[in-house]
This record gives sequence, structure tokens and C-alpha cells, in this order.
Amino acid sequence: MKQLMKGNEAIAEAAIRGGCRAFFGYPITPQNEIPEYCSKRMPEVGGVFIQAESEVSAINMVYGAAGAGARAMTSSSSPGISLKQEGISYICGSELPCLIVNIVRAGPGLGGIQPAQSDYFQAVKGGGHGDYHMLVYGPESVQEAVDIAYDAFDKAEKYRAPVMILGDGMLGQIMEAVEIPPMKDPATFPKKDWVTDGTGIGSNRRIINSLYIEPDALETVNHRLFARYKEMAENETAFECYKTDDAEIVLVAYGTVARICKSAVNMLRANGIKAGLFRPITLYPYPYEVLAKIAAQDSVKSFLAVELSMGQMVEDVRLGVNGKKPVEFFGRTGGAVMSPEDIVKVVMQKEGR
Amino acid sequence: MEEKIIIAGFGGQGVLSLGQFLAYAAIADGKEVTWLPSYGPEMRGGTSNCSVVISDEKVASPIISNPDCLIALNKPSLYKFESRVKPGGTIIVNSSLISDKVSRDDVKVIYLNSLELAQEAGHPKTANIVVLGAYIKHSGLFSLDLVAETIKEKFAEKPKVIPANLKALELGYNAI
Repeated sequence: MKQLMKGNEAIAEAAIRGGCRAFFGYPITPQNEIPEYCSKRMPEVGGVFIQAESEVSAINMVYGAAGAGARAMTSSSSPGISLKQEGISYICGSELPCLIVNIVRAGPGLGGIQPAQSDYFQAVKGGGHGDYHMLVYGPESVQEAVDIAYDAFDKAEKYRAPVMILGDGMLGQIMEAVEIPPMKDPATFPKKDWVTDGTGIGSNRRIINSLYIEPDALETVNHRLFARYKEMAENETAFECYKTDDAEIVLVAYGTVARICKSAVNMLRANGIKAGLFRPITLYPYPYEVLAKIAAQDSVKSFLAVELSMGQMVEDVRLGVNGKKPVEFFGRTGGAVMSPEDIVKVVMQKEGR
Repeated sequence: MEEKIIIAGFGGQGVLSLGQFLAYAAIADGKEVTWLPSYGPEMRGGTSNCSVVISDEKVASPIISNPDCLIALNKPSLYKFESRVKPGGTIIVNSSLISDKVSRDDVKVIYLNSLELAQEAGHPKTANIVVLGAYIKHSGLFSLDLVAETIKEKFAEKPKVIPANLKALELGYNAI
């Protein structure tokens, strides 16, 4: 049965149904409903909720719990996610699975509390040090966020890497009807032969570590990580093409902004302009190949990346389009959000109408 | 159909919960809906608003530029959103707090003394439910019974407040 739920709460419940039994976090707007919900719900399912003394502490609790085999998560918003970057790099270097939710607010610095997408670079290009990536999703609706959170730990464990949900303040605060899937049975989860749970003894001892003094050993680790990222790109890349088949102008947007773009596409079509939308669902791995195919379509004249930033994802759009067609950008920042009408106006001006 | 509604007023007037009741009713009626609150540093006495989109199809943009209906519960809200209402749209004005008249002549205006009716219903805090009743009568979107059921369900843990809210709903419904 469908129920009306707030994005933040629905993400928390879905993660729990997906096997999450440990939440560590520190409050920050606009994601506070996640820890609030977990604080009440974790005890009910025999899980752990800890409000840490800081974000740095919270992410390192995730590191420890994941190393011990727990399905652990943290959530925060932009400034808090910045504080977690060192821990994220260590978790990636130690090849541990976890779920990290970033309900993005406007920056830089403490910025504001209104919606933004200006943490894209940090999420997909690596906000911490070293060569690493996470499986990063940009869901457009509460239901999509729920479905992603529900399977997040299965994927994180498969690739031994964190899954990040990159939402924005709107996704966190919006209420929509959602179908929450049933509780997964932890007994069905694949065995993890690397966890430090006290069973590895003597020569079989297990070590969770990201320190490799020997360059050759560390290079091997980096190659292993990137072999997994390649596999991730083959299996997990997800996207939506909305009315792109005959499109002349293709908008590119992710998350809540993609929904605003869908309304704009329909308004533009009502005005006789063949518009479409390409929506990456995974932001890493980015669906470059599909974008290249759309760019090769005869009908397509140009692309317009639409973001709540000064232009971040637009760089990946340019990589995918690879010079075949012009790529332009329209963004709002600081927490301001464009309306469908704003996008229509930008496109009409471009088209000289 | 697609109906876009902006509800605005002081924090504490039940702006957000009025929108939530509409969203609950929409779901009970098998419709698609989004409820998006403003989430600035609002508090009792500050301004607050939410955008509700009710549709037969999946809702694309939850952001509303030009609402079909504005529900203005206080004066600053009327000033802020009045010009954005679609020509031919509707403004429901809470005349208990707003003495001004709407200056536009291309919209339908409903003046509703919600506080007076709420007091008649038994509690001033039910003023937002009075407005809800008026809105569903005006829009014809949901039946009175369906919304009454929603109210009973959502107040199930506070049964004492149900009668006054049901009365408020009915009074609002019959006020227009």
C-alpha cells in the first residue's frame, strides 16, 4: 500500500528494510528527519543509533561498524559531508561497504539551508584524497530514493565500496506517496569473508587497513578498486531518456531538477519546440555512452545542462557529447530554485523565439 | 487534471498540515501528489508556505510558479503570492486576519472568516480545517466523506479533537 512519506524519512526506512542496523550521524538541516527517524526506529529493529559528537566521529563509526560486518550508514548535508571526506577516503581505501546520504544545501562554506546541487564534484570526482570512487545516485523522487536505499547495501557489498545518495533539500523535505518494500531477511545476505569479527585467527587473521607502504602493493590495491569501478559501470549505470527520440534540444539534469525539466519539456513541446530530457540516475558511473548516442542523433541540435550550481555536471555532459553538438548551461545557486517557466524562457531565447 | 495549490500563512496556523490533509486525501482518492514545504528558519509567528500538486498522472515539477489556487491565511502571504495566481484561478482569503480585498479582477475570490467558523466548531485551532472544507467544496476534487475519513484516520491517536475538526470541515464546506 502506498503511503505519504517525507523523503528523508522514507530513505531511512528503506535503508533499514534493506538491512541497515547501524546509524551514526550529527544533526544538520535539511536532513535532520533521517537521524530523528533512525533514533526511534533502530531500537525497534535491534539496531544501533548514535548521535556522534561530530561528523568526523560519525563517519569513523561507520568505518568501524562496516569493518565489523554491519550494514552501517550515515547522513548529513554539505558542510557535514565535507567533514566526512577523510573518513570516506579511508573507507574506500579499506574496501568497505556503507551508505552515505547527502541531502545537499547551498554552499560554499556554511552557505545556506536551501536546496542545491553544488556538491556534485565532491561526490563523483572524489572529495577526499586518493584514487577512489563511490557508486553515486541522484534520485528524482521519493520512490526512486527508496528503491535505491533499499538495495544500497547489496550493491555496496558487491563492489566493496560506499553507495552515496546525492539528494537535495527538496528531495529531503518533499512528501510523496511511496511503496516501501518489505524487510529483507539478514540471513539471506551474502557472507563476507573479510570482516573483522574475531573469527580470523593466526595465519587467517583479517585486517582492515588502508595503509600500504610498498608502492607495488598499493598500486595493486588501486588496480583492484578500479577493476571494480569498471564492473560497476558495466552493471549499474542507470539513466532515463524522456522524449529524446525526436528531440532537437536535449536538457540534461538529475535529481529534483530533472522533474522541473520534465515540466519544461512538456511546456516547450506545447509551444512547438521539440525538447527532451536526458536524466542520469547514476552520477558515478556516469552514462557517457548513452549521452554520446543521443549526441549522434541527427535530430539533436544542442544540449542544455540544468543544475542548481554554477555548472558542475555540465562537465560530464561535455565529456559524453565530446564536441559533437554544442553544450550550454543554465543554473541557479545559493538555494534559489528555477521554475519550469524559467527553463522554458532560457530555451526560447536560445531558439530566438 | 492537475491542480496546483499554494498555501501560505503564519507558522502555527496549520499551513503545512492543511497541505498534508490535501495530500492524504489525494492518495486516498488514488491520485498522484507532491507536498513541498518551505523550510526556512520558520517558527510560530514567522511565515510559512507549502506547494501541493495533485494530478491524475505522475507529478513532474513540485515547484509551482502560477498556482490554480492560492490559500492565503495572513496578509503578507496574500501580498507575496497574489500576483502569481493563474488568470481564472482562485484565491481563498482568510478574512479573519486579512481586511484587504484582492485587487485583481481576473481571479475568483472567496473570503472566508475561518476563525469565526472554527470557534463555532469548538476550537480556534481548527481554522485551517475550515479552510480545507471550503477548498474541497470549491475545487470539487474530493468528497466531504473522503476528507472526513482522512481526518479521522490522521487524528486517530487524538480522538478528542476529531469532533471539532469534523464540524470545522463541514462548516467550511457549507460556507461557500
